[in-house]
This record gives sequence, C-alpha cells and structure tokens, in this order.
Amino acid sequence: MINLIEIFIESVLSRNIALIFILGMCPLIAISTNVKNAKGMGLAVIFVVFLTAVINYPIYLLLEATGTQRLSILVFIITIATTVQFLEIFIEKVSPRMYNNFGLFLPLITVNCVVLAVSQFFVNRSYNFAETATFSLGAGLGWALAIILLAAIREKMENHSVVPRGLAGRGIVFIIMGILSLAFIGFTGLSFF
Amino acid sequence: MRKFWLRLQYTKWFNITKDGLFKENPIVVAVLGICSALAVTNRVENAIAMGLAVTFVVTASSLVVSMVRKVIPSRVRMITYMVIISAFVIMVQMFLEAYFPVIAAALGAYLGLIVTNCIVMGRAEAFAVKNPMKYTFFDGIANSLGYTWILIAVAIVREALAFGTILNFRVMPDTWVNWTVMALAPGGFFVLGLIIWGVREWAQNFEVAAE
Repeated sequence: MINLIEIFIESVLSRNIALIFILGMCPLIAISTNVKNAKGMGLAVIFVVFLTAVINYPIYLLLEATGTQRLSILVFIITIATTVQFLEIFIEKVSPRMYNNFGLFLPLITVNCVVLAVSQFFVNRSYNFAETATFSLGAGLGWALAIILLAAIREKMENHSVVPRGLAGRGIVFIIMGILSLAFIGFTGLSFF
Repeated sequence: MRKFWLRLQYTKWFNITKDGLFKENPIVVAVLGICSALAVTNRVENAIAMGLAVTFVVTASSLVVSMVRKVIPSRVRMITYMVIISAFVIMVQMFLEAYFPVIAAALGAYLGLIVTNCIVMGRAEAFAVKNPMKYTFFDGIANSLGYTWILIAVAIVREALAFGTILNFRVMPDTWVNWTVMALAPGGFFVLGLIIWGVREWAQNFEVAAE
C-alpha cells in the first residue's frame, strides 16, 4: 500500500510527466491560453490515460504470452485510437453537457504522447496491475496540474507584463515551463514516511 | 551560374526544401514535436540519432501515405496513418537495438514515442495526402532535417554547458564548473525558448503584429 502511495505522489509531483519527462508538449502549449479550456483538456487526459492504461495492461500480458512484444506500439496505438473514438460517441450520447466541457478535446488526445508514454512506461518499469492503475491516474493528474498552472500564469501575463517581441506567443511559454519545471524538481526526495 | 541559381529559386522542390528547413521550420515556427526535441537533447549523439530516426520515419511514412492516398477512405485515414507510422517506428527501434544498443538505451521510451510526434502526423495530413510522391519525398526530407538541425543546436548548447564537452570532446577549460541544471528538463526549456527568440528576431517572423 505504501508503495502505491509513493508511486502516486511521485508521478504527480517529483516525476511529473509534463514538466520532468517533457511529454505531451503540443497540446500543453496549444491549449493553455485560458484556464477553462485547460481544465477541459486536463480532465479528458486524466480519463483517457487511466482508461487506456488499464485496458492495455491485459493486452500486453497477452502479447507477452504469445511472444510478440515487438508489436506493442502498434497494438497500443490502435487500442488508444479505438478507446478515444468510443468514448467520444458514448459521452456525446449520454451527456451533451459533459461533451461540451471536454468532449471537444477527445480527438486531439490520440496524438498526445502522454497516453502512449504511460502505456510504454508500465512495460519498461515492469509494474503490476495495481501499480499501473495508480501510476496512470497520477500521471494524468500531474499533466492536468501542469496545464492548469501554465494556463493560469499565461492568463495573468497577458494583461500585466511586457514581453519582448520575439518571445511573445509561444517563446515565453518555454521560459515559464522552465521555471515551473525547476520548481517541480524541488519536490525530488519528498517523503512522508 | 547566376542564371542557374535564379532558375533554381523558382522550382517547386527548391521552395519546399527552403520552407521545411527555415521559413516553416517545424520546431521554431510551427512548434511541433517538442517533446523529443527537449527530452533527448542533453547529449549531441542522442540528438543526432533521434534526428536520423525521425528523418527515416517521416520520409518513409509520407511516401507510403502519398502512394496510397487515393485508396484510403477519408473517415479512417487517421488510423491508417497510425498503422503505417508505427510499422516504420518498430523497424527503427529494432535496427537501433541491434546495431547501436547504447544509443537505443539512452533514447529509451522516446524512440517508441516517435509514433505520436506531431511532425510525422502533421506532414502526412498537411502534405502527403495532397501531393504526388516526388514532392512528398523532398517535403519529408526538408522538414525532418529542419527538425534535426534545431535538435543538434539545442544539444550542442546543453552538452557544452552541462558536461563541458561536445560529442565527448572537451571544449570548456578545465576550471569550468558544470551546470547540472542544463542536463535536466529546465535546461531544455530555457535553451529552446532562447533559440526560438533568436530565430524569430533574425527572420523577423513574429507571432504578434508590431504596434
């Protein structure tokens, strides 16, 4: 149990998937212009990352049993694309309000590297099922945390700061992320027990 | 000679190449494919390997997409690209693991993540589906080389500051104190941010209109 809590805290803070492993940058930069969209995207990512990791785990066991781990990338990406497609149809039918909040971001998630990365990491670190579920939840939360923080900072900066012409727009986002990333490195070695 | 140069400037493939390398550089101008650009650039050799891997995947997958572009129904085109791209990525992965195991280990999961690198998907969707194979070839090469040279530029700065070496040759004086932060994630963010600033200033290509 303690092991699981450690994995969770580590994946949200000190090994944050966005700011320390530098994954999922394209949507992080493109959608962090305001907090509302950032929240929608964050929620969608938490949901999809958790769901696909849980589905991919038994599939990987099957691949291992048949000795075809080489194809894992191909199989994972198809699982992800299918899951996202089903989820989109399902949410659109069941709750149009929820669809308006984050359904619009779902198609973009197929090409978000976070989703595939989480599926690859549980293979590389040889996690068991409980660890995979905890890690994927933590990774999704960590990514959502990063995008919401970034969006809040950008929203404030828009009105109150003067940025050099060449850095304005996407350039300054890298500097902000660099500083945020420094702060998250500060969590390394954090322990509660 | 001058006449030849002038004529060259009006050919289609010359312009495609120029756009990919400079004017519409995927990293600096379009800001695509950043994940690997930051994550693997703490050593120049990793940057070169990553750049070559992406070059192969982009060029080969664009060619195949362009070849089958009239056969794919547009509703299922995304998943078709995904299957094509991941087949090439698996090839690259097996090749590197067999011949360059050290580099394959250093790139780790990021090698498999070329599948979701936006440049690959972006070129297939923006160029390969609409153009014949010969132009697609130049476009794929130009865009991925545009990606590679930025990767190497970032890696040179980071490796020199973080380890005092470039491709494992000592370039800094012996009294140099290593900036460890440059080998970590923040270093990548800062260096790429500054390079983007530099290129934008030099090319006079800004995101916001000048007042």
